[in-house]
Amino acid sequence: MNFKDNKAIYLQIADRIGDLILSGALPPESKVPSVRELAAEIEVNANTVARTYDYLQQSGIIYTKRGLGYFVSPDAKEKIVAIRREQLMHGEMDYFLGQLKAVGITPVELQKMYQDFLAK
Amino acid sequence: MFSLNNLSFSYKKRGGELFHDLSLELTAGNIYGLLGKNGAGKSTLINLMTGLLTPMSGEVTLDGVNVRDRLPKTMSDIYLIPEEFDLPHLTLKQYVSINTPFYPNFSMDDLQRYLDIFEMGGDMDVKLHSLSMGQKKKVFLAFAFATNTRVLIMDEPTNGLDIPSKSQFRKLVTTGMTDDKMMLISTHQVRDISEILDHVTILDQSRVLLNASITDVMSRLAFRPMQEGDQPLFVQPSVMGSLVVVPAQPDEETAVDLEMLFNATLQNPDAINQLFNASK
Repeated sequence: MNFKDNKAIYLQIADRIGDLILSGALPPESKVPSVRELAAEIEVNANTVARTYDYLQQSGIIYTKRGLGYFVSPDAKEKIVAIRREQLMHGEMDYFLGQLKAVGITPVELQKMYQDFLAK
Repeated sequence: MFSLNNLSFSYKKRGGELFHDLSLELTAGNIYGLLGKNGAGKSTLINLMTGLLTPMSGEVTLDGVNVRDRLPKTMSDIYLIPEEFDLPHLTLKQYVSINTPFYPNFSMDDLQRYLDIFEMGGDMDVKLHSLSMGQKKKVFLAFAFATNTRVLIMDEPTNGLDIPSKSQFRKLVTTGMTDDKMMLISTHQVRDISEILDHVTILDQSRVLLNASITDVMSRLAFRPMQEGDQPLFVQPSVMGSLVVVPAQPDEETAVDLEMLFNATLQNPDAINQLFNASK
């Protein structure tokens, strides 16, 4: 695993697990690797992974069954999409729109580009 | 678990105290990174921690027992991986049978597993002195971890390891770590270990400049590209523009860059000290 951007490591790991859930590699109700297993696999401190799981649990993306470990919530995908949508609208989108404005791309041009992109 | 209480120490021939009234508390379940420039006192501190040197005053205790007493119980709970070592003219099998009686929690299964991580598994009849320096280090590390001592202290463990084995070393640490163990890694190679630490201790000119958990560092400092209005504690030019260490805004969480943290701490010790002593 590479940690290129400056997002906290525990959140980068959360993103990675989110990707696995969205792609279907970790389906709803499937068991999430234990903290120690994942820590060894991605060579990261176990307490960092524990923090990731706390965060995912608070976000309702995974839940714990006592003595059995963590499992993917039934509505995990919807929750991840909602969180990412929120992050996109308040983070990357601001930067992206700023760039569009700087080079003078009009709303009409943007609309056409997005429509063409969706039609691909 | 592991306490350094008011240690003072000097090498007589040099004169002057190397450590004065130094105290540190190390707890089980944590991986500590001990960082410092050459000559900062890292190896001396390690030798004091493992009972190889005697402090002029103060003491180091493991569960309340002075390590300098070198009781068998204490010695079977501590394993030191020194920066330089030599392995005897023995096969691995002989080495294991001679050394394991000192370590009641040694596990042969763990040894095999750790050797496998380094792709050194299989041959217990290998002659240790015929191995290259890097291979010796891998065998030594695998054996050290397999002793399952509660305290594992490593002095520059990634020195002499090739590129793939730096990742294997991280796998070894994250696989071998348990809640009842304490590990301390002294190193200059911060990039090799930055994601596996719980806690960072920065030593300079025999003083502890910073001693904080990574979580604490993350809540107090941000590591990111420079923004307008920043008053950075440290600036590092890069291809993406200037990277800075700045006090973190509330809710600002960035990945800790140990190299920048180290440089910021050495450059601005008073500001760092103030920031970390402020209550949060």
